[in-house]
Amino acid sequence: MQKLLLLGDEAIAQAALDAGLSGMYAYPGTPSTEIMEYIQASLQAAKKNVHREWSSNEKTAMEAALGMSYAGKRAMVAMKHVGLNVAADGFINSAITGVNGGLIVVAADDPSMHSSQNEQDSRFYGKFAFVPVYEPSNQQEAYDMVFEAFDLSEKFKVPVLFRITTRLAHSRSAVTRSEILQEKPLILPSDLRQFVLLPAIARKRYKALLSTYESLQYDNRISKFNSFTDGVNRQKGVITCGIAYNYLMENFNERKPDFPVLKIVAYPFSKDTIKDITDRCEEILVLEEGYPIVEEALRGILDAGIKISGRLDETVPRDGELNPAIVGKALGLATVIGKPVPAVVKMRPPSFCAGCGHADMFNAINEALKDYTPGRVFSDIGCYTLAALPPYNSINSCVDMGASVTMAIGASDAGLFPSIAVIGDSTFTHSGMTGLLDAVVKNSPITLIIGDNSTTGMTGGQQSQATGRLENICLGIGVSREHLRIMTPLRKNHEENVRIMKEEFEYRGPSVIIAARECIQTATRKKRSK
Amino acid sequence: MKNDIILAGVGGQGILSIAAIIGLAAVECDLALKQSEVHGMSQRGGDVQSHLRLSDKEISSDLISYGKADLIISVEPMESLRYLPWLSDNGWLITNSTPFLNIPDYPQIEEVISEIRKVRNNVIIDADSLAKEAGSVKAGNMVILGAASPFIDIPYSNLENAIRKHFGRKGEDIVELNLKALKAGRNFTGK
Repeated sequence: MQKLLLLGDEAIAQAALDAGLSGMYAYPGTPSTEIMEYIQASLQAAKKNVHREWSSNEKTAMEAALGMSYAGKRAMVAMKHVGLNVAADGFINSAITGVNGGLIVVAADDPSMHSSQNEQDSRFYGKFAFVPVYEPSNQQEAYDMVFEAFDLSEKFKVPVLFRITTRLAHSRSAVTRSEILQEKPLILPSDLRQFVLLPAIARKRYKALLSTYESLQYDNRISKFNSFTDGVNRQKGVITCGIAYNYLMENFNERKPDFPVLKIVAYPFSKDTIKDITDRCEEILVLEEGYPIVEEALRGILDAGIKISGRLDETVPRDGELNPAIVGKALGLATVIGKPVPAVVKMRPPSFCAGCGHADMFNAINEALKDYTPGRVFSDIGCYTLAALPPYNSINSCVDMGASVTMAIGASDAGLFPSIAVIGDSTFTHSGMTGLLDAVVKNSPITLIIGDNSTTGMTGGQQSQATGRLENICLGIGVSREHLRIMTPLRKNHEENVRIMKEEFEYRGPSVIIAARECIQTATRKKRSK
Repeated sequence: MKNDIILAGVGGQGILSIAAIIGLAAVECDLALKQSEVHGMSQRGGDVQSHLRLSDKEISSDLISYGKADLIISVEPMESLRYLPWLSDNGWLITNSTPFLNIPDYPQIEEVISEIRKVRNNVIIDADSLAKEAGSVKAGNMVILGAASPFIDIPYSNLENAIRKHFGRKGEDIVELNLKALKAGRNFTGK
């Protein structure tokens, strides 16, 4: 079989294609973006005409994937961990409706917050929704598990959550492909009321889901991935979850640990799985990339059983991603610290690219606001969040997709005037439009500045649903023509742009300024490819 | 055989191309490989690193342990020092001498170079000038790879093949330029 060198993200994408995927849905978000990008670049996907266009946000992606599943075909939806918060309504309820065609929901977590605002652990969502979770420890496992996950999803009629973390998503390794499966035919659910969650139906389906979740613990498809290796030294056994297994094994090079190891990569698992190791050992160390979920479950509230160590007693740090040294230390092994970083090395934080339109936009915002007291600029998720750093120091919030608009409204409700929101074009169509509708309906005195660079910039320049539509969207929502201002953020327009901003900041109603200039990265790429 | 390599630089300097080329060559040599990279925020002029691990046996971790890297390959001098905690006592540090200046408090380059010289095994190379001689300053990353190549357990010809594969779709001129740059780096360090 063919061997490919693939990122964890790409292994999942290739596996989905090989397993007969008919529709891929996603909104870009680090570290999940490459799943969709791989499928968009794939000849195999093009030949079969697999659906592979970006969605406006994770919720629309999740629901479209559920619709594909309703029609009997295999669908995948991918997002970063915080994207699952956006998609949560559809996700949780898709467990109640159940699926028809196999449905995999990929959530890419970012422990240590390399490019995120939190390090939430998506495995919680699995338990919350009562759906099985796969958490591959390496690229090959990721590839193989996708096939299993589709089968399991169809057998039990539930969506499957696929949890990965940054290190796997963005690490490359050789992957051996399996035999390619045919796409599923279009066949609607045998019960056409399956997806109608009226309370009377939902209650029945929920009961069925609870019993399915119970039986999932004993399904050999899930349990075959969770492996137990015995050892002669039974003082302390180790339970690893996901990629923590790799960091454990790294500490033993080509030797094997002499103690029992339970490797967990699929949930839910049975009590018997855990008892394999707890019955043999006097104490247990739990290594999890993310929250101490398994550790908490083992301890319970009473924590009166076998001695457990892990993140909760800080044998392993309470937050942040794992690495071989952290795991080595938790095992009590002598670990190398390495040479110190010389004092001469300075921080090199990310910054706006040379020639970025956002830089000119924030120079204008700063000048237009210089006669006001500071602290009135609510911003959002994207490259423009970098304006929080020197030399700009322009923005006062970055919370979640779209929160700039609605926080500006709330602050203005409290009496802050002027109250300003700064958002990107793609983030605006992701989750900013509904907030703007609130502002229009309430006649909130806010100014919304949309930094329109015609792309989803921070994640590497994916298509933006907003491109060419922003003016009409704002007018359609009800922003008045006079207070919808368009500008080009260039140094030569600085004086005029400052004047326009000042005028709109003083307006006692909702106004929108579209500061439109193409992303310098996308523009350069386009020029090169011509 | 085992090579644990840290690749370092600033977003946009082409360290991921170095990683891709070593990766292609490693696969051709039937070596196991893991290559972990950091994306996202760090693309925007921030520091970028990649952990690249080659072995003739199975590799467990995507990350290299502290004090275990055989090589630091850096396209920027200050960035080469940021990853010293990973370098083993016998490890080599190969770096470009030309600084990438995009922060206000960049240290005096003499101080940076003198810190690099304190590392027992170091190669400091003016990759920008050698790349310019080869045809384009953009090929500086391949000069650095060439300079590091004697320390990587992959035959030189396999690296050349990988360059042909990696740059092939950009045309023969680009392939030749990068091969020339690789050679210039290789000649600098010696066989």
